Amino acid sequence: MKTLKAILLHALLICIGGMALTPLLWMVSASVMPDGQASTFPPSLIPREVTFSHYASLFTRLNLARYLFNSAFLSLAVTAVSLLVNSMAGYAFAKYRFRGRGPLFKLLLSSMVIPAQVTMLPLFLMLNKMGVINTYVGVIIPGMASVFGIFLIRQFAQSIPDSLIEAARIDGAGDFRIYRSLVLPLCKPILITLGIITFMGTWNDFLWPLIVMTDDAMYTLPVAIANLSLEHVQDVELMMAGSVITVAPVLILFAVVQKYYIGGLMAGGLKE
Amino acid sequence: MRNNASARAAFLFLFPALAAIGLFFALPVVAALVLSFMDFDIYALADWGNARFVGAKNYTDLLADPLFWKALRNTLYFLVVGGPLSIAVSLGTALLLQVRLVRWKGLFRTAYFAPVVTTLVAVAMVWRFVYHPRFGLLNYALSLVGLGPVDWLGDPDWAMPAIILLAVWKNFGYNMIIFIAGLQNIPQELYEAARIDGAGRWQQFTAITIPLLAPTTVFISIITMIGYLQLFAEPYVMTQGGPLDATLSLVLLMYEQGFRWWNMGYSAALAFILFGLILIPSLLQARLGKQARQP
Repeated sequence: MKTLKAILLHALLICIGGMALTPLLWMVSASVMPDGQASTFPPSLIPREVTFSHYASLFTRLNLARYLFNSAFLSLAVTAVSLLVNSMAGYAFAKYRFRGRGPLFKLLLSSMVIPAQVTMLPLFLMLNKMGVINTYVGVIIPGMASVFGIFLIRQFAQSIPDSLIEAARIDGAGDFRIYRSLVLPLCKPILITLGIITFMGTWNDFLWPLIVMTDDAMYTLPVAIANLSLEHVQDVELMMAGSVITVAPVLILFAVVQKYYIGGLMAGGLKE
Repeated sequence: MRNNASARAAFLFLFPALAAIGLFFALPVVAALVLSFMDFDIYALADWGNARFVGAKNYTDLLADPLFWKALRNTLYFLVVGGPLSIAVSLGTALLLQVRLVRWKGLFRTAYFAPVVTTLVAVAMVWRFVYHPRFGLLNYALSLVGLGPVDWLGDPDWAMPAIILLAVWKNFGYNMIIFIAGLQNIPQELYEAARIDGAGRWQQFTAITIPLLAPTTVFISIITMIGYLQLFAEPYVMTQGGPLDATLSLVLLMYEQGFRWWNMGYSAALAFILFGLILIPSLLQARLGKQARQP
């Protein structure tokens, strides 16, 4: 009875897993199929023969290396800048007493109900006046600071004992020195979690780069893929190769760091 | 002395974040409100002097625009059908993964979560071919059980369900993880005590799991509502809002009006209506969250 139940249960779980993974596996498989095989009936799951020609033409004919660089550079830049900016602010909110701290923090938190879409039109006009439309700066600017990031770091930094900071002060360490040599190392777990969330969020972001990047050479991978699909909609295998290159870096990153990512998610979800 | 120095240090630490948020978030929000009362078109884009105030005209125009009502209806359809469906799948899989008999839990959890981290634009592309009426996997699978074929993205009645299916596939793993965290927080002794008192599986579920999971469920429902109101990339990539505007969403309409036709005042008014809609679940969260936090 118990074994039967276990077998049925696992069969169901495997079915759900199949549904979750089939589109991704088919994407990989179709990306190495010879031309036209993905558009046959009945649909084929396994390539007749494996070819990497679609990957080759993405990099030679279609400038994919450039999009890959844009995506990687922007994701790294936004992650680095925002970790620095958010960690300083989060630390200040956690460990400094100053007038208006409580109300200011509440004000920041309540601003989270405003969706980013509201800011996009004026932000575009502002950046246009500043001359940074179609530049990396234009994508980095709205990602520099995030209330969510400040909140996460503040929660974590509050658990640092005051005595530790006092001791460093007595030893003659200045404010910045304490932040850099004591607080940042202690905050490493939350910085890693936040860094992963920020990196993946920027990598996968679509609407803002679509608005800011007007020139083909500045496209990020998602914008480039969406754009390519307009001309190459019949080229299923080529499009799948492009999708694999877009998805693979974040999936691999997730596989490597999933402990931090899922752990952070579970902790964050509970605290809200 | 120490107090002054410490206030100065706090100010320096806060300055970059507050400047960035003030300049590139708060200011644009205010500017968007102003913009929504202006006629701001492509001529104004070239020279801001060409913009003029038109009062509430953008809002009244919107309310008279059948396309706006269509987009609102579509977005609510997506929210009302897709939201509960995705939460149900998340809860179902979370409960399955909590059963004691199950082995390789970590493996299943990772597999179910994988779609969450993928790039929406790329997987929407994949699903476009999965939905292909002749060569797609889905219609082939349906034909094996004698159903179909369905013209998923070409039929106005099926395009939105197709987008909902993609969204559920893409998102259920996220809420599943939060549900799992919530389930693990329920003390096991409660179930043991209930068993001793002779409660069956179903009774345990309705008397212990559901009430104690309520704070998690409220949280998940609200973040799902907020996220689903912002539907954009799926229809942009898969259907461009078609067929017959059947998948045109509010954000897609906002994008097209603002950045394709440069009707920026009109688009800003639309953004504020979206904001108003998103405010409803956010206020609900503030209220329900306060009650739920004290179990």
